[in-house]
Amino acid sequence: MVATPTRQEERRAVGPISLQVFSGGQGERLVILHDYEYLNKWEPYEETLAQQYAVLAPSHPGYGSSDLPRDFDTIDDFAYFYLDLLRDLGPEPVNLVGLGVGGWIAAEVAVRCTHQIKRLVLVDAVGIKVGDRTTRDIADTFVIGAKEFLDLAWHDPEAGARQMQLAGLGNYTEEELVTILRGRQTTALFAWKPFLHNPKLRAWLRRIDVPALVLWGESDKIVTPDYGRAFADAIPGARFQLIPAAGHYPYLEQPEAFTAAVTAFLHEGETASAPRANER
Amino acid sequence: MLAYHFTEMPYPFVPPEVEKELKSARIIVPNSYCDPKIVADLYNRYLDEYEYADELGLEIMLNEHHQTMTCLDAVVPISAGALARRTKRARIVILGSPLPHRDNPVRVAEEIAMLDCISRGRITSGFVRGVPTEVHPANSNPAQNRARFEEAHDLILKAWTTPEPFNWEGKFWHYRYVNVWPRCYQQPHPPVWITGSSVENVPWVADHQYTFACFLTPYDWTEKLVNTYKERCREKGFPEPGPDRFAYLALTFVGDTEEQAIEDGKELLWYLYRERHPQFNAPPGYASPQAMAKMMLGAGKSYRDSFEQLQEKGIVVAGTPDTVIKKLTYLHERCNIGHMLMMNQAGFLSAEKTRRSMELFAKEVYPAIRHLGEQPAAAREAAAVS
Repeated sequence: MVATPTRQEERRAVGPISLQVFSGGQGERLVILHDYEYLNKWEPYEETLAQQYAVLAPSHPGYGSSDLPRDFDTIDDFAYFYLDLLRDLGPEPVNLVGLGVGGWIAAEVAVRCTHQIKRLVLVDAVGIKVGDRTTRDIADTFVIGAKEFLDLAWHDPEAGARQMQLAGLGNYTEEELVTILRGRQTTALFAWKPFLHNPKLRAWLRRIDVPALVLWGESDKIVTPDYGRAFADAIPGARFQLIPAAGHYPYLEQPEAFTAAVTAFLHEGETASAPRANER
Repeated sequence: MLAYHFTEMPYPFVPPEVEKELKSARIIVPNSYCDPKIVADLYNRYLDEYEYADELGLEIMLNEHHQTMTCLDAVVPISAGALARRTKRARIVILGSPLPHRDNPVRVAEEIAMLDCISRGRITSGFVRGVPTEVHPANSNPAQNRARFEEAHDLILKAWTTPEPFNWEGKFWHYRYVNVWPRCYQQPHPPVWITGSSVENVPWVADHQYTFACFLTPYDWTEKLVNTYKERCREKGFPEPGPDRFAYLALTFVGDTEEQAIEDGKELLWYLYRERHPQFNAPPGYASPQAMAKMMLGAGKSYRDSFEQLQEKGIVVAGTPDTVIKKLTYLHERCNIGHMLMMNQAGFLSAEKTRRSMELFAKEVYPAIRHLGEQPAAAREAAAVS
């Protein structure tokens, strides 16, 4: 284990697409798929995880400075794209952590193929339909102001205002605002309708055959813990765990509790008695 | 210069505190505040005013908006259908059909073709992207707004101009048999107008040689948009566009005296002073991230300007007939406008006052500006040669 991981920003080509990637640390691979509504950059929780893992945190196509191919506009495009990335990272399966929208993408990857996934962690993920047709499962984040957003997304909204760069908060340069708005545009492109979910996904979650942890901020009002429980219930053998005093971004609001929960779950994998056929 | 009567058909009776509390006049104002008996009176009154415009020799413009107290005309083919039968001579400009928000563009082609036949060729077919707030009632993807607009446009034009069934497998729409009955009365199809307020939208309109319509833009911005269109025509080797290629929409009121014109004209500002929820107004992807960032960091539309400022910018045109003649002549000379779209009614402006203003315009203003932009055939040919 390396004591002082170096955070690097680099470009990585996946097929014809050039991706912005943050990376650091050594050990087993841990790939983090980020959420929306903020700038993807190296955060303290990533630094902590990089003390034990080789962390790779790409900006999705159309976010940060990653390319957006002209024909990308559905969740399928993102799922197949990340299947390509995981294949490129092979042959060892990786630990895959998906946050929010990144959790949706991770779940879409996993229902297609788990050969390159060792363990799966979904954090305050969107992507499924739970309630009836007049129930809005996921807060309409496209039409609320920054203050209202923080009230829904953070246990402590004031801490959120200090830690997040959000459109409307004013704590950014023009260039950063353009990048934030580009991310919102990309999110709208594939998640405007149906809103931040795939009506078919919940049923297909039964295909996931790797150990899965569903982590949820106890105070998340963007997608509530009940939604998280429904997510976990649909994945065979998945465990559901709450993080107290955290909202939609527990890795930003309670980084210590978050990294402790993630590493404890991943360590179980290291002592597992029955390795899967594709683990070498 | 042709002049067009226009009202958005407002429903101004929602208690102001409701709108203030919701920070919006649109989308989320509960329809419990809408009394259908009042609406019936309003529809019939507004349609009567359009018929009066026809009698007075004015042309007609209609538009549509959704889930809003500012515009009861939610389905423009219906109002156009009513007027196609009840008017005798006016051109009926539909400005326009919100293409990205219509789930079936072939249906739009049918609506316009049917209206064109009923009116015996009096329809002008405007196509619009819809203002940003309109993506919410339609729940149409703002990040695909332009792409949907362009595909729907291409499909409708092909439907109007193809004399037999054809196949369409596009990105957004799929048909195995497109074969629109009826054909358009005006062949190959009615004139097409497009609205726009940003420079980046102009080249596409110029490339198609469509009439470009600016709504409520200040003189300098209108001039810039018009010049962008002309510049594009020069680049492409198209003929110099005449005034018939440019339309402008203002809030207009003609009064017997200057004082009365200002007092009554101020009623029109009801339309501008409505609450505009900033989040509904900026759906992600409707404009480029760069344009959105600029909007968020400062420059916006002049919705809260005073009456005097709005007069100065040309967004409001109010006064006695002489004043209005001067203002419209200036607009024509500076910005080459050939179609004057006049929001003659908004808010609480009464039927009586609206009609008096329309009448003064028709009798005392129109004769003095009607000739603007008309060129004798010989002069037009000479211009084309040079």
